[in-house]
Amino acid sequence: MERFRLENGLRVVLAPDRSVPVVAVTVSYDVGMRNEPQGRTGFAHLFEHLMFQGSANVPKMEHARLVQAAGGTFNGSTHQDYTNYYQALPAEALERALFLEADRMAAPAITEENLRNQIDVVKEEIRVNVLNRPYGAFPWLQLPRIAFESFANTHDGYGSFVDLESSTVEDATDFFHRYYAPGNAVLALGGDLDVEETERLVRRWFGPIEAREVPPTPHTGEPSPTSVRRGVVEDPLAPAPAVAIGWRVPDPVGDLDTYLGTVLLAELLSEGDASRLERRLVHDDRLAVAQSSYVGLFGDPFDVRDATLLTTQVHHPAAVAPEQVITAVNEEIGRVAREGVGPDELARVQARAEAQLLRQADSVLGRTLSFANAELIHGRAELAGELAARLARVTPEQVQTAARGLDPGTAAILELRATGGRR
Amino acid sequence: MTATVQHLVPPLGEPRPQPELAVTESTLPSGLRLVVVPRPGVPLVELRLRVPFAARSARTAAQHSARTTVLSGAVLLGTAAHDATEIAQLLQAHGGELSVSADPDRLLFSTTLLAEGLAPVLGVLAEVLTSAAYPSDPVAAERARVAERIAIARSQPAVIARTALAARRFGNHPYAEQLPSPELVGAVRSSALRKLHRERVLPAGSTLVLVGDLDPAAAADAVGTALAGWTGEGTAVTAPPAPLLPPGPLEVVDRPGAVQSNLRLAGPAPTRTDPDLAAVRLANMVYGGYFSSRLVENIRERRGYSYSPRSSVDHLAAASSFLVEADVATEVTGPALLEAWYELARMALTPVTEEELDGARRYVLGSMALATATHAGLASTLSALVGAGLPPGWLAEHQRALEAVTVEEVQAAARRYLQPAGLTAVVVGDAERVTDGLGALGPVEVTAAPVAEEQR
Repeated sequence: MERFRLENGLRVVLAPDRSVPVVAVTVSYDVGMRNEPQGRTGFAHLFEHLMFQGSANVPKMEHARLVQAAGGTFNGSTHQDYTNYYQALPAEALERALFLEADRMAAPAITEENLRNQIDVVKEEIRVNVLNRPYGAFPWLQLPRIAFESFANTHDGYGSFVDLESSTVEDATDFFHRYYAPGNAVLALGGDLDVEETERLVRRWFGPIEAREVPPTPHTGEPSPTSVRRGVVEDPLAPAPAVAIGWRVPDPVGDLDTYLGTVLLAELLSEGDASRLERRLVHDDRLAVAQSSYVGLFGDPFDVRDATLLTTQVHHPAAVAPEQVITAVNEEIGRVAREGVGPDELARVQARAEAQLLRQADSVLGRTLSFANAELIHGRAELAGELAARLARVTPEQVQTAARGLDPGTAAILELRATGGRR
Repeated sequence: MTATVQHLVPPLGEPRPQPELAVTESTLPSGLRLVVVPRPGVPLVELRLRVPFAARSARTAAQHSARTTVLSGAVLLGTAAHDATEIAQLLQAHGGELSVSADPDRLLFSTTLLAEGLAPVLGVLAEVLTSAAYPSDPVAAERARVAERIAIARSQPAVIARTALAARRFGNHPYAEQLPSPELVGAVRSSALRKLHRERVLPAGSTLVLVGDLDPAAAADAVGTALAGWTGEGTAVTAPPAPLLPPGPLEVVDRPGAVQSNLRLAGPAPTRTDPDLAAVRLANMVYGGYFSSRLVENIRERRGYSYSPRSSVDHLAAASSFLVEADVATEVTGPALLEAWYELARMALTPVTEEELDGARRYVLGSMALATATHAGLASTLSALVGAGLPPGWLAEHQRALEAVTVEEVQAAARRYLQPAGLTAVVVGDAERVTDGLGALGPVEVTAAPVAEEQR
């Protein structure tokens, strides 16, 4: 892997692998939902949409056409701490993708017409993913309100319609100038590329972009909670209830070693039919229809900063009271905290975790995005390639320590009541 | 502006050759077909076992669907030698987790696994295939969970739309059966599952695909050894031919209070062996098959009616389909359907441009290459193709067909398969608010959503 930095501050990561004639071109900006100011909920995501509306030398729809007509695919996504833009293409389209990303890093087409159009599109996105379906906001938009204190951590990152509709071109231009500076971004390229030639192309297209001031990374950590916090939401579209329990976990960046124990604990609790909660809640006690546990609000433990959660989410029949579910979950975590975990069980969990990391790394795009996230969040792209080995070194004691951190007395508990349900 | 772009946009370099696939095919004495593909890359193997599992007839389809849905969870609940947890642990030790899914044509057993674990994982698979026990108490619990999950699925507007569309398109053919009723699920007994397993989980007609970090000869040996005991009398059942029902009037499935309407249009498409397929796939792309399409440009990027409007061509064994989907704000339901129809009619009546056709063609070829560039993607693609009775070489043949399609062929294909009058239309939404507008476009029939009725 090669890393270098342009004079304008852009960090560049090259991860060549010439086994298939495919390249991934990704740009990640260090701005996400947690950067949004009050009154502008959903703006990071709305702005992501605006980055696809054309740029100084690329008319509307043309970004998509130039990538897709080269045989490539593209997308973008907005997360808590970053926003990324990416394409996977045949190797011969590398320079074209660099041109497209550089052109919008320099000057996206932020116009009134494009803004109004994309506000409409984003509202439809929120309707399809949240408002028009059961469990749409559960728990990712609802649990943070209970689990955290600061606006950065609690607000709705999809955005309220009021905030979205009142957004202006000036807001978007300011946002771009503040957060989309080359020094606030990571360009990660992977796949079938020649390092020297690629560096030359990167300098050619991204070098001329002017440096701008880089905003400081906002502090999103919070003091650890000292009490149970509970909330109830009603879902008129849901036929059956659900409950989500969130615990604060160690700082993913500042305390990575302890955090890795938490990551494996989530796997031990919920991944697959052999997991503790699947056995207890689904098979033995029959309290649940489905259960899952994950670290990080969107399920990726390695692309978030502090503060974050381990969340256990359980869908249960109406005949089962939420307290039964919560008690059983706490008992299972208590058992790990008290008795620890045997080396055989941990080895199995580690094998499964390794297979999942390898599977993600099998795709050139998946691998390149992991490098980009590791560079942006952890300051070290190499970390992405080391995770499997580091998880394999986690000890039973680390997992036990992680379980002790999931104190029932500091959990955030969200009950979803199925008010339109069958019963 | 366009001139500037063409001046600045870097041209594409020389395409680099795609790696050749080294596919090894064989058939075991039991009749199981085996396809093995070694590939460089991560030290994983992807496993897909496809077992034909269609309903025998329309009369038995509902019950078959209920039993199949329960079986796909219950098959992992224990064998003669191990209980459910032990089975899961044996797989987990090699990075695996067996998932079993069902559709109207087949059961699919799939897992990823660490390359060193191939022999033991095949051993667990063999055990599940030959001695799944269907213990009655765990099966009863599985039945209850399946019924709950069906209720949750039926509250999803996309599922309501898919169900209504299938009912309308396929009448009393088994493909009309999208989700079994909770009552039929509740009546599934262990004895019925054992019988179904015995009669239908058969090696003859099934295909096992292994892709990844493996040696083909050693892998074939491991399969031969592990699965030698999987035998069984009988032949695979494939679905009877699907009927071609007339589209009928637009159906509005009432979902009172819905803030969005789910528009769905569907009709027949050429099968995978039909020479028209390449032209229809490209017509589909130009219409709504990718972001750079007419439908997306119109109802998303120009009008902001919909987040993710799209069209696709998909294949079941006895019916291939062209499908249009758009979820739109309730207040623009009529206008959105009008635009979707307008773009279909434009496809059917006027030629696409050379530029549109070339873009679509390069995208389809490129995305096929991307989709098969991972072990998992290649394994799933081959499983679907070989399971449908096609040779692995079909992929290359289809690529050549795509390269040769002309503008005239796209128009002829669109005229036949994309014309709005030939498509069945369903809208799931708030009937009180959308029926009037839709009525301006043609006759409308309003029905109640099955879930809504259950809720009252």
